[in-house]
Amino acid sequence: MNVLLLLPILIPFLTAVSALIFWHNRAIQRRLNVMGGIAHPLAGIALLVAVWREGIQATQIGNWPAPFGITVVADLFSAIMVVMTGLMGLIVAVYSLGSIDARRESFGYYPLLHTLLMGVTGAFLTGDMFNLYVWFEVMLIASFVLMALGGHRQQLEGALKYVTLNLMSSALFLTSVGILYNLAGTLNMADLSVRLSNGAVDSGLATVLAVMFMVAFGIKAGLFPLFFWLPASYHTPPIAITALFSGLLTKVGVYALVRIFTLIFVQDIDYTHTLMLIIAGFTMVTGVLGAVAQTEVRRLLSFHIISQIGYLLMGLGLYTELALTGTIYFMVHVIIAKSALFLVSGIVQRVAGSYDLKHLGGLYRARPGLALLFFVPAMALAGLPPLSGFWAKLALVRAGLETTEYLIVAVSLGVSMLTLFSMTKIWAEAFWKDRPDPDRPFAPLRHRRELVVPVIALAALSVILGIGAEPMLALARDAAAQLLNPAGYIEAVLRGAA
Amino acid sequence: MIGAVLAGFIAALFAPWIHRAARGWAGWLIALVPAGLTLYFGAHLERLAGGETFSAVYAWVSSLGTDLAFRLDGLGALFALIISGVGALVIIYGGGYLKGDPQLGRFYAYVLMFMGAMLGVVLADNLITLFVFWELTSISSYLLIGFYHSEADSRASALQALLVTGTGGLAMLAGLVLLGQATGTYTISEMVTQPQAAQSSSLYGAILVLVLLGAFTKSAQFPFHFWLPGAMAAPTPVSAYLHSATMVKAGIYLLARLSPVLGGTDAWQISVTAVGGVTMVLGAYVAWRQVDLKRILAYSTVSALGMLVFLLGIGTEYAVKAALTVLLAHSLYKGTLFLVAGALDHETGTRDVTRLGGLWRAMPWTGTAALLGAASMAGLPPLFGFISKEVFYKAAYDAPDLAGPLTAAAVTGSVFMVTAAALVSLKPFFGARLETPKHPHEAPPSMLLGPVVLAGLGVLFAFVPSWVAEYGIRTAVEATLNHAAEIELELWPGLNVVLLLSLLTVAAGLAVYALRVPLQPWADRVDLGARVGPERGYRVLLGGMLWTADRQTRILQNGYLRVYLMTIVLTTVALTGYTLLTRADIEGVWRLPDARFYEIVVVALIVVAAIVVTQVQSRLAAVLALATVGYGVSLLYIMFGAPDLAMTQFSIETLTVVLFVLVIYRLPRFATLTNRAARLRDALIAASAGVLMTSLVLILTADTSRRHVTTFFSENSVLLAKGRNIVNVILVDFRAFDTLGEIIVLSVAAAGVYALMRLRPERERREALPETRATVELSAMAEADPPAEPQAADSGR
Repeated sequence: MNVLLLLPILIPFLTAVSALIFWHNRAIQRRLNVMGGIAHPLAGIALLVAVWREGIQATQIGNWPAPFGITVVADLFSAIMVVMTGLMGLIVAVYSLGSIDARRESFGYYPLLHTLLMGVTGAFLTGDMFNLYVWFEVMLIASFVLMALGGHRQQLEGALKYVTLNLMSSALFLTSVGILYNLAGTLNMADLSVRLSNGAVDSGLATVLAVMFMVAFGIKAGLFPLFFWLPASYHTPPIAITALFSGLLTKVGVYALVRIFTLIFVQDIDYTHTLMLIIAGFTMVTGVLGAVAQTEVRRLLSFHIISQIGYLLMGLGLYTELALTGTIYFMVHVIIAKSALFLVSGIVQRVAGSYDLKHLGGLYRARPGLALLFFVPAMALAGLPPLSGFWAKLALVRAGLETTEYLIVAVSLGVSMLTLFSMTKIWAEAFWKDRPDPDRPFAPLRHRRELVVPVIALAALSVILGIGAEPMLALARDAAAQLLNPAGYIEAVLRGAA
Repeated sequence: MIGAVLAGFIAALFAPWIHRAARGWAGWLIALVPAGLTLYFGAHLERLAGGETFSAVYAWVSSLGTDLAFRLDGLGALFALIISGVGALVIIYGGGYLKGDPQLGRFYAYVLMFMGAMLGVVLADNLITLFVFWELTSISSYLLIGFYHSEADSRASALQALLVTGTGGLAMLAGLVLLGQATGTYTISEMVTQPQAAQSSSLYGAILVLVLLGAFTKSAQFPFHFWLPGAMAAPTPVSAYLHSATMVKAGIYLLARLSPVLGGTDAWQISVTAVGGVTMVLGAYVAWRQVDLKRILAYSTVSALGMLVFLLGIGTEYAVKAALTVLLAHSLYKGTLFLVAGALDHETGTRDVTRLGGLWRAMPWTGTAALLGAASMAGLPPLFGFISKEVFYKAAYDAPDLAGPLTAAAVTGSVFMVTAAALVSLKPFFGARLETPKHPHEAPPSMLLGPVVLAGLGVLFAFVPSWVAEYGIRTAVEATLNHAAEIELELWPGLNVVLLLSLLTVAAGLAVYALRVPLQPWADRVDLGARVGPERGYRVLLGGMLWTADRQTRILQNGYLRVYLMTIVLTTVALTGYTLLTRADIEGVWRLPDARFYEIVVVALIVVAAIVVTQVQSRLAAVLALATVGYGVSLLYIMFGAPDLAMTQFSIETLTVVLFVLVIYRLPRFATLTNRAARLRDALIAASAGVLMTSLVLILTADTSRRHVTTFFSENSVLLAKGRNIVNVILVDFRAFDTLGEIIVLSVAAAGVYALMRLRPERERREALPETRATVELSAMAEADPPAEPQAADSGR
């Protein structure tokens, strides 16, 4: 039993449970929230270090040997994602202290937050298809309640669309898992990899299943044309929640796609991965055009999430080591940059009273520090060198040109221009332009420390990740190499199995 | 050397503080950084002339072939000296020009950041590193053009410049990566040693086009030149620095730098010369017809940039020499004139040449600088501009192909340059004194230093041409050509055709100046650019993009949950169905299960009940029919030996019916809001999904031989887990982890229900209207008209 693998799941679990116990004591809940928030990324880092030093880690729950029980397993990619989850959890946990109202706090905000983190972490660490489904359910229910918590009409409408469309994904996922189980006789991912590659299962039928999973996870990931739940709901909950969702939820979908399309479904790469490239292109374009059309900051940023998912999928579709390196690095980058932007826009709203670009303005003059805090992640997102987004883009562009997929490269570069365009739109409207209503003074920022420190941390990370890109890129490359050679993963999971 | 590049960035970080601490002296203080850099680069000239080069490599993002590789050779040094030298003058000038502006600190920071980036461009020896700095110049330019950010014009111009140069930059990135692929290295100095690698590559054409796009957009070549006049929205010192002396020459630098790798081919010569030639003539032609001083200078800069590109396109040794001489001369005289224009604007309150006149007496120093700068621009002796004009003409005249037309183009462009030069120097300072918005007086010392020094250098260099040739031009030419070269520059080359052409040029230019008022209407008629120009193209493209964005988003994100559901279902059916038909071999896999009679009866019952659900006109009936479906499924469980599953399903169905019946009378009255066509469409979609799923199950579950996990469970349930009910053992032991997750799901659901019931927004509790869209969607999935404002559809407002 490798406790390092379980800690990242257990910590948010225990945090949530103990916060539930103190349902009536907000002060204790807030403290637990911070403690759990700090412990979670630390556990993640410990796991990452272990995986990096000693190779892929796996443990069998209840000591039932794989593939009969449930395996928890971490390769570098998983471990990186777990660290990012913990980090985002901590950032949002702190930001929530200063931005979530007492009423929400009294109705289980913190337990829900940590339950969500638990679900996400579980999804990154499980080595079992059905167990993955269970973690998806945990995430879905926790995120649904978080989204609806507060009960504003707008929230309820958003949450309704969110949950309905995500249940479609769940249903399809479950159906596919059922069929897969019948076809291959196992749910263990490593075992599935073995059984689908040794000819035991007809590869044509496996491809059909692959496409079903692609759609199921595609809904979660927010791919074209399945992303509707995201722009319909992400602007409705408090901004801390949106930031957390934007950082993690769709990424779990992408993670699942990367996992199964490197480990399990690699029978017909010409077909499945080309299909992915097509979808990636459409996702990028429709996402960014959606963003361009918005004047509400949260909606604009929400559409950008979709567009960025296209880039992540592009790397998977190209399916080379460099491309997957790009995807993994891009994932880390976009989690940081995008969450930072949401959190900054939350501060903007508190200071200037609106999320709507039409009503914003004058912040560049009046709040230069805030302007800088927006500008850095915005330019990182737009891929301006030497910030993080540039290296992510460069890796993907290089991978695309090396595999002569010129069309997707052209699309990705064009989209990056439009991304820049939409970031300058926020910049010009909210910061450069004069305040349309000069009589309304800017509000002083209350809870400055809780709100600003997380944003500064994210912006700094984005800069560090850009100027000092090499360590993260090297790590991402090792992770990509592991993904492309599943033998190590399989060995770690099925070690000692009959 | 990395220190030299980073100095600008580091100084930029501290500039606002220095400004706050040193107040009026900050400009002079901060200018010490670029001034020091000028000395630093100047100190290398001697050894560079001796044939040395200096390099430094630091590991950076090695995973992506990007190192901080810097290399100082003659070409880099020429640019670096212009960048740091003009930079120092502009910072001092800016301190006077923007005196009292609350944003002055930011101005210093941005200019220093730009300077660092620009030095990075010309010193980088790695293509990707070069690109990194290249993009940084674009973004600093964006911030500086938008300096007067309250003005909508400034913001639009800043964006335009960013979009045009940024798009070109991205094309260039692709080109550079391809170039790296073709040559196997990103290091420029290595690439230069094996030019055939790029030129024989099948990707050469693509590389050339992409790289040229980057260079042409940055250096404002036709048809991308329009952003440069727009960039004049920036404060004048910025225009002088970025948009005349340095940044716009980055494209020129790149062409020169890569000409050993990419140049020399027909494709290069034709495209580069043609674009440069057109830009040169067009820019000058538009320049003299402007009335805004800065726009005159901007268009003449476009023309000069065209001249440089034109010369690099010709590509002979002499043409390269001419290009670098013109480049140096242009930086000096155009810098002077921009700073003069800024001083005029600052002291008189207008930049309109028709409102300026007779200012010589009030502003003698500024006037002197203006005259010297303009004379250099017009190519009059004894100024450095004269020398550069002579070599420029000679390069065109001696061109290996098409010398006649090339010379004609060169002369045409230069004629209008003379006119423009006269317009910015003679018109404001001589003739009748005109009333200006502000009472004019001489500019402060900080604003005189720049123009006087630059104009003075223009004179000085003319008298030491061989020194300039030896230390400034020769090494740069050698670096560009990648082989040794002999360079001579002289003030008096003797009487020849070229000199005659020069005389003709000046005479014609002055004639146009004298007759400019009557000529203007005629000239406008010839100018197609104004009507169908590329700037219009930019607007159409941008507008089209915005329109498309708006439309596609209205269509995709339309606010109707049912449309979203339909899209998802159809996507699933289409993708899975297509894959099933094309990728899977389904011949012979079809197998109808041999069902027993009572099984068929139950299945039929389920199907009928499902159809009834959709057809009945009463909610109660629908609920009961739905329950029938559930009970039918429970029966199937029993038949297949899973009594506990059946019990569970049974309880759930029963509970659901009871709950439904409890709430059913609180729902709105039942109504049919869809028409027949919509119902038919929905039925088809539903049926397609059903058919697909049924086929999948029939095909994919036909083979039930692989059951090794199941076998393990049944064999070990009692043995190892001590339980006789295998399902229970799986739930609580083999896969207890799943159960843990599901327990959490249930707990969260319970907490959620509690919170949703108890935690209601205070304000909204009573204001709900009976027929909001949310309710309509919930109750009937109505086929209403599209909402008036689909953009807001998801907002619930």
